[in-house]
Amino acid sequence: MTRMFGQPLARVEDDRLVRGHGGYLDDLGSDALACAFVRSPHAHARILDIDVSGALEIDGLVAIYTHEDLDGKVGEPLPLLIPHPALTHGRTQYALARDEVNHVGEPIVMVLARDRYLAEDAAERVLVTYQNLPAVVGIPAARAAEHLVHEDVPGNVAANLRQSKGDVDTAMAAAAHTLELDLAIERSAATPMEGRGVLARWDTESNRLRMWTSTQTSTGVRAAVAAKLELALVDVDVITPDVGGGFGVKIVHPWPEEVLVPWAARRLGSPVKFVEDRREHFISSAHERQQLHHVRVGFDDDGVIAALDVRFWHDHGAYIPYGLIVPIITSTQLLGPYRTPNYRVEFDSLYTNTLIVTPYRGAGRPQGVFVMERVMDAVAADRGLDRTVVRERNFITPEEMPYDHGLIFQDGRPLIYDSGDYPASLAKLKALVGWDEFTGVRDAARAEGRRVGIGLACYVEGTGVGPYEGAHVVVETSGKVKVATGLTSQGQGHQTVFAQIVADELGVPIGDVEVVTGDTRRMGYAVGTFASRAAVMSGSAIALAARAARAKALKIAADALEADPEDLEIVDGIVRVVGSPGAEISLATVAVLSNPLRYAFDDAAQAATQFAVGDTGKPPVAEGDEPGIEGRGFFSPMQSTFASGMHAVVVETDPDTAEIKILRYCVVHDCGNLINPRIVEGQIHGGVAQGVGGALYERMAYDDAGQLQNASFMDFLMPYVTEVPAKIEIDHLVTPSPLNPLGIKGAGEAGVIPGAAAIASAIEDAEAITITSMPISPTELFELRRQKEQG
Amino acid sequence: MTTERLHDVRLSVNGAARDVRVPARRLLSDCLRHDLQLTGTHVGCEHGVCGACTVLVDGAPMRSCLLLAVSVDGAQITTVEGLTQSDGTLSPVQQAFADCHGLQCGFCTPGFLTTITAGLRENPEPSEDDAREMIGGNLCRCTGYQNILKSVHRAAEIQRERRSGGEPA
Repeated sequence: MTRMFGQPLARVEDDRLVRGHGGYLDDLGSDALACAFVRSPHAHARILDIDVSGALEIDGLVAIYTHEDLDGKVGEPLPLLIPHPALTHGRTQYALARDEVNHVGEPIVMVLARDRYLAEDAAERVLVTYQNLPAVVGIPAARAAEHLVHEDVPGNVAANLRQSKGDVDTAMAAAAHTLELDLAIERSAATPMEGRGVLARWDTESNRLRMWTSTQTSTGVRAAVAAKLELALVDVDVITPDVGGGFGVKIVHPWPEEVLVPWAARRLGSPVKFVEDRREHFISSAHERQQLHHVRVGFDDDGVIAALDVRFWHDHGAYIPYGLIVPIITSTQLLGPYRTPNYRVEFDSLYTNTLIVTPYRGAGRPQGVFVMERVMDAVAADRGLDRTVVRERNFITPEEMPYDHGLIFQDGRPLIYDSGDYPASLAKLKALVGWDEFTGVRDAARAEGRRVGIGLACYVEGTGVGPYEGAHVVVETSGKVKVATGLTSQGQGHQTVFAQIVADELGVPIGDVEVVTGDTRRMGYAVGTFASRAAVMSGSAIALAARAARAKALKIAADALEADPEDLEIVDGIVRVVGSPGAEISLATVAVLSNPLRYAFDDAAQAATQFAVGDTGKPPVAEGDEPGIEGRGFFSPMQSTFASGMHAVVVETDPDTAEIKILRYCVVHDCGNLINPRIVEGQIHGGVAQGVGGALYERMAYDDAGQLQNASFMDFLMPYVTEVPAKIEIDHLVTPSPLNPLGIKGAGEAGVIPGAAAIASAIEDAEAITITSMPISPTELFELRRQKEQG
Repeated sequence: MTTERLHDVRLSVNGAARDVRVPARRLLSDCLRHDLQLTGTHVGCEHGVCGACTVLVDGAPMRSCLLLAVSVDGAQITTVEGLTQSDGTLSPVQQAFADCHGLQCGFCTPGFLTTITAGLRENPEPSEDDAREMIGGNLCRCTGYQNILKSVHRAAEIQRERRSGGEPA
């Protein structure tokens, strides 16, 4: 049998999806009541009065709820999901605003009606009287703290966190050269094509809740909703349907709507559904990326960094339900593939009257990589060295692996790189892009009056963070293998790659394997899909579960075939004695034998009667045994595994219009062993496109009053095909991870991480203008040229 | 009480006559999805920018989120469900997307499939630039468009293969 692991198989998901037979959230629950929300039009205001009387005339209106109606824990603030000792002033919102609103889009009133049109009609007629308060927008205003977002949070500071290693002050003072840089990244957002949505059914006969939500964590939603609605966990099922993209934003839970929809469904005894529209997604879900950084770096004549001192400010918006994950990742992953023996980082996480900030693909890494790679380029420029040479001189070498940075990572564990070969990656990248030949290309272009530049950026990405994932594998009496893992899918092709793993482990045709993700009825223990962890965590758990099922199948088959389990192999779903043709039994029959039930339901059960298994001196299900060919497996590593990569970009800037065009985009990527190279490359493609968007086009344009000026796809410039590079050139390096049974590392986020850094480097090379802020528009580049000309 | 006046609309959807009674403001996208239960057509932005909701109206690709159902009374509508051949065979464009990993989350896919179907009718042998132009009005957040472009060319190829093999394209 061909090994499935490593094959670029076409996806099993696609047949259904290309026929239009997907089941996304809004494709379900056609009988459900619809809801609409009255959301704050103000960034900061006190709610003085809510008058719903005008809405009552709408035919089809079912209910209107305000905070006053929310009983029990539903009326309390939403949970702060990830507390941290440094998060001294954590504030979260109410499911419906109580007295005050803190960003445009915050929900105040829930309206339920027969359909969404009518719910919006009614919502429009609800009159809310506000007393406006000063809005705090942007990091400078938050730092100045002339006004406060929350009256009881001094300085608008939710958290201050500092980490360091070595002796920065001494090393900096002793350094031959020092530089200071101020670097900024603006707000962007995940903006999946499908927004958020939730459907709930309350079963009035069994008093159980079943809900579907477009989430990255069904088990998280289940626990959160059970806690809010004061239900036993066993009385709540959460099912993740097809999800139209996540990219981080759907890891946040519970959203106000995820609490309110099941609450209303129980209260009304009727199914209820919420599906947000695009504007709601822009103003009511979550954003990311905005940070300001001040960096001081000390280095020697050769460009070797002796000390790095980073101070940064993170804008987390109006509330902080997801804790400090993003700035902690920036502060640790900023170090990239470099040694940096003396390092200090300190950040403030600041409240502003804008939408909350939670991880978006890359999650703090694009900012950290931007900072570190700008530093590398600045050091190279200062020393008159090639940019790749400075990087090489600072790389951690393969011989130094595992490399302990002496810091604490996002998972609360030591930051220890498990594997990687950065010099080899760089060599591959230089060959792929033709780095050493580029001077000629640049000069030739300049001779024609064109401005062409090359840039690069390197990153290391902690992937597969814990604490665990689990899997369940069962061989049915049909011989089909049913697999469940609890984390969810948003287009990553999990059903395909997990089936590849199981097909190999069990020796069955891949077409006989069916994988279910994100359904708490099938696997109640799971964490979720984020941090490039699905393949590492669930992939490993599935391999372990399949191995357990295999061991059990072989034990029973050995009994039936009167052979030693060691002498058996499974090929195409048939257990055979190696070297004894004809001595075989199908897995289907083994599955029948595994369950000493006495009824011959079907042909498979009848066929099984020819074999005698079990010890007649023991009960049919022996002590410590269980019926069925099933395996459960949980994978829980000590720490993350660290993927890495490097991007090189060639850009051309228009001398007149300052338009920035990407001529080439090259990627070298190391995610350890590849389960399905086609899917990995697809992940890189999508990540690169988001990186390009974040570097050149996408930004959340808040005005000083906290109004989001571009809350639509008309105005928020997400790349079309015309904005992404014509070709993304990819080369893989494979350094298997020693930390999991498959030697894999995560691949989901990598493509986006170094985009802004690499493109900034290339623009700087083309223009000979220092780039310190991304994204950059033609207008901004034009302005930088003007400033340069004026000296 | 404010109640809505309803209008009778007859559509031919994927070859079948469908009668619906809808308010004047009912969007074609909502009519297809909620009144006719054809949920393959997806709505990504509700303002005609993303193209996910694209359906063929009398053969031409149109954004069903910008059309009122009452405005297409009598029209022939083809949705993604109607691209599949009557024997269940995937259309060349559908098959190409599956062959080339042209989709990830699949949410924008129906709009690309309908758009490219119409595009290849007009231009069965698209160049690289033609292919980019063909999909230039549709947003995808997952694929970076690389494999969608491949799918356009692969669809053209399958179409040719099926024609030369005597199969209906």
